[in-house]
Amino acid sequence: MATAAGDLENRVHYLNADYGIKSWLLTTDHKRIAILYMASITFFFLMGGIAAVLIRIHLIEPNGAIFEPGTYNKLFSMHGIIMVFFFMIPSIPAVLGNFLVPMMIGARDLAFPKINLLSWYIFMVGGILTTYAVIWGGVDTGWTFYTPLSTTYANTNVLSAALGVFVSGFSSILTGLNFVVTIHKMRAPGMTWFRMPLFLWAMYATSIIQILGTPVVAVTLVMVALERLFHVGVFDPAVGGDPILFQHLFWFYSHPAVYIMILPSMGVVSELVTCFAKKRIFGYSFVAFSSVAIAVVSFLVWGHHMFVSGQSVYAGIVFSALSFVVAIPSAIKVFNWTATLYKGSISYQAPMLYALGFIGLFTMGGLTGLFLATLATDTHLHDTYFVVGHFHYIMVGGAVMGYLGGIHFWWPKITGRLYPDGWARLAAAIIFIGFNLTFFPQYMVGYLGMPRRYAIYPPEFQVLNVMSSAGASILAVGYAIPLVYMIWSMRYGPVAGPNPWGAKGLEWETPSPPPTENFEQTPVVTEEAYAYGAREV
Amino acid sequence: MADSHAASALAHQFEDLEQQQEAASLGMWIFLATEVMFFGGLFAGYTIYRNLYEPGFAAGSHMLNVTIGALNTTVLICSSLTMALAVRAAQMGKRNALVSFLILTIALGLAFVLIKLTLEWRHDYVEGFVPGLNFTFAGPNAKSIELFFCFYFLMTGVHALHMVVGVGVLGVLLVQAWKGRFGPDRYNAVETAGLYWHFVDIVWIFLFPLLYLIGGRY
Amino acid sequence: MWQGFQIRPDQASTIAQGVDYLYYFLTAIDLFFTAVIFLTIFYFALRYRRRSEQEQPQQIEGSLPLEIAWTLIPLGLVVVVFLWGTAVFIRNSRPPAASTEIFVVGKQWMWKLQHPEGVEEINELHVPVNRPIKLTMTSEDVIHDFSVPAFRVKKDVVPGMYTELWFQATKTGSFHLYCDQYCGTNHSLMKGEVIVMEPTDYEQWLSGGIRGGTMAQSGAKLYDQLACITCHGTGKGPSLTGIYGKPVKLTDGTTVVADDAYLRESVLYPSAKIVEGYRPIMPTFKGQVTEEQLLQLIAYIKSLSPQEGKASK
Repeated sequence: MATAAGDLENRVHYLNADYGIKSWLLTTDHKRIAILYMASITFFFLMGGIAAVLIRIHLIEPNGAIFEPGTYNKLFSMHGIIMVFFFMIPSIPAVLGNFLVPMMIGARDLAFPKINLLSWYIFMVGGILTTYAVIWGGVDTGWTFYTPLSTTYANTNVLSAALGVFVSGFSSILTGLNFVVTIHKMRAPGMTWFRMPLFLWAMYATSIIQILGTPVVAVTLVMVALERLFHVGVFDPAVGGDPILFQHLFWFYSHPAVYIMILPSMGVVSELVTCFAKKRIFGYSFVAFSSVAIAVVSFLVWGHHMFVSGQSVYAGIVFSALSFVVAIPSAIKVFNWTATLYKGSISYQAPMLYALGFIGLFTMGGLTGLFLATLATDTHLHDTYFVVGHFHYIMVGGAVMGYLGGIHFWWPKITGRLYPDGWARLAAAIIFIGFNLTFFPQYMVGYLGMPRRYAIYPPEFQVLNVMSSAGASILAVGYAIPLVYMIWSMRYGPVAGPNPWGAKGLEWETPSPPPTENFEQTPVVTEEAYAYGAREV
Repeated sequence: MADSHAASALAHQFEDLEQQQEAASLGMWIFLATEVMFFGGLFAGYTIYRNLYEPGFAAGSHMLNVTIGALNTTVLICSSLTMALAVRAAQMGKRNALVSFLILTIALGLAFVLIKLTLEWRHDYVEGFVPGLNFTFAGPNAKSIELFFCFYFLMTGVHALHMVVGVGVLGVLLVQAWKGRFGPDRYNAVETAGLYWHFVDIVWIFLFPLLYLIGGRY
Repeated sequence: MWQGFQIRPDQASTIAQGVDYLYYFLTAIDLFFTAVIFLTIFYFALRYRRRSEQEQPQQIEGSLPLEIAWTLIPLGLVVVVFLWGTAVFIRNSRPPAASTEIFVVGKQWMWKLQHPEGVEEINELHVPVNRPIKLTMTSEDVIHDFSVPAFRVKKDVVPGMYTELWFQATKTGSFHLYCDQYCGTNHSLMKGEVIVMEPTDYEQWLSGGIRGGTMAQSGAKLYDQLACITCHGTGKGPSLTGIYGKPVKLTDGTTVVADDAYLRESVLYPSAKIVEGYRPIMPTFKGQVTEEQLLQLIAYIKSLSPQEGKASK
């Protein structure tokens, strides 16, 4: 029998089925589109990451180490816009979701492959526009575009940045639409809703938010553009508009958007914890329904970003109560993942380290959300570094670690190669340490009152800022290491075989890398998800 | 056995035609849901300002031509009828009826857009009611009237854009219908396009009273 | 003790300690559950580490009692936190009736403050200790935010409307004031100090700074300059004596309270609300009065109310 490496070259799979730039740029194969997305978002992550590095270096000095305030403002705006819209929101759905959703349900592709490709092109157009906006001249409104600053007073590239974000929103909508139809209509025989891997439940819930929320921010950005161009008085009070209306419309999407960013990671964690404990998930239906509950309730809490905006006390009370409600399903998931480890057979490869790190950091960061949902403490903490610490714990300590865990887990399936697990575990540990050093001090300096988006700050906050910046340097090293060994593995990594982890799931029952059609024959599903402990067939 | 006229040939990702058709329908329903949210943002903004600036918005509404608006409403409702009849014709395999009804629907849709452009918007432009271009009205409540017209042009403009796209889609279907591609077991594309068309009609049915009929003159 | 190392800002207001207690409770919950999860994971990961590739762990589906428990207990906890936090918040949003009013206008990138006695300050706010102070605030341009961490108070300062916050300082001293809503280039330079003084020192400071009369007197001068009396003193427009804080019936049948926001709107957008029995003939003064002048006019109109004598001082 041919060697494993020879097998990789001789066998036809989705990577070598066709060569040439056209076969990539005009592909409708969901796996190739996933890789196109992976390349794009890695680029945007680097862009946003460079902004972050510059920000943290600048903040070593209370008077600002490098930049004029105007330039600093452009940096944090760029960091936010790029990271939120061009890294976090697409990351897991467009990369892992695109690759895995059809495979996990036993289908040959998504419901609408051409729309899938279109969505990548739309994403790139939006990305190019926004890159232009933030690099040539910059934007300094923050990613939140509050009016009337953005409509009337900012003299930076607000229009092109808003347009870029507007365009990228359609990419998000189309991806969500594709996933919902695929999951509803294309599950393999025997794959009932409650036999689906939880990653699919998470992608489904995420898609609902993408579909229903994104159009609202799209139309809001249109109105901002109109206001900026024609001063008609929709958001600028000087001409009769209501700036708080902007906040309501903006946050109506942008709060659910943060669940677009976290739900997919939660789905990944469910896959990792079950595989590396060799156990079915504890409380499957509770985890599944929690995903949907989070998606639904997420649309009801946007006002918690506006407790000190001048909105009424009664509105604040309602939004506060609902914000506590939305925390409960997340707590349920954390307990179920932890319980899954009980009496398991646990191994510590890199994906599992990321998953366990996620659970701990998400718990801490999620609980700091309670401080912000509580009206009395939020008054003090609003727009301070406490908020910055809170959302970075969830998005970086949570979502990004989930993304990295997922990439490490499915890398053998995507590329057919294994990466060196020792380096991977080292990188995970460095990331964990660097992350906590960077962001924990931010809780502290936030409670002390340091406002966010400050280019210059009072000297008494310097010690904590320096600690944070030191942590950031470690975190940067941690992120750089996987780049190196992942690229190395594509050429020199040992061949993975169809199922190097011994995982359950339809995607593992096909070769690595998979053939273009995913499966030789449509699989028939006869067992529950995560049927570990079942007799080997 | 499947119709030999492979208009919508089975795409490789689907198991059978039925799955493909169901997927297309569900996809259209979800797309319409996103459209509801998109227009919804505009409706929400409009409603809030209509309450804040009642006199100005009423005055602005009075400056619109209700007769033409009503005419357009009739045109659209008729086009929904012809669209429904087209779907039924496709369902029954009546090629000539299908082609006729599609042509009628397209004609009515184009009529809507043309009436809007030549009779309404041109008039608004001549009178100086277009914010950003030449808004020159300077009576009482001028600022809120300008805001009204901003919403008016934005909402009817986005709606008209959707009409034009719809007409384009129907044009493509017309060509396929002419070639006899639709029949009792493969009319899903016509039905899906019909869904979209009816939705665009329904949006107008909300727009018309909200924009033209407020101000209590009826 | 580390020099100057704090975990919380000064507690310099009546509400600061209450907010801190809530904060400590939340911190305890956070650290407790984080520790529970971390330690449990750590323990399970060690105790159940894979010892052989052949081992078959026991497959456990779940446990309804456990699910109910860890749904209801967190729910109970958050209900407690919600009720506690809301109660504190409601208390902290209601200024005591006898508050001293001070007026704030924010603009890129400075704070302008007016005392009713007429003293104006820039980026500094002098207040007496142990007295409730109510700030009425607006912005001339973009949204700003008035934040004093030592008092645990914060509120956005929004153009086109008035927002309020109140505090009662409990210590003398100088406390940081920040703009806490990103407002453009020099957002981080829009800082100031709240200087809390003993009442006698405050009175002294106040009398040393008065130049042009109280806010109400400046408002009266404006009222003359802008010739408001030609309508409001002749019956063409409603009389303003005693209307502050009172309900007003409008031509559309609704009733509103003549508060600060109503008065401001009436000067800038007079056709928005017409008092019953009058015609919409009032011209707008938009562009002719600044936000500070509007506040002075309002102070003057307030002074025409016999009941307001105490509060406007």
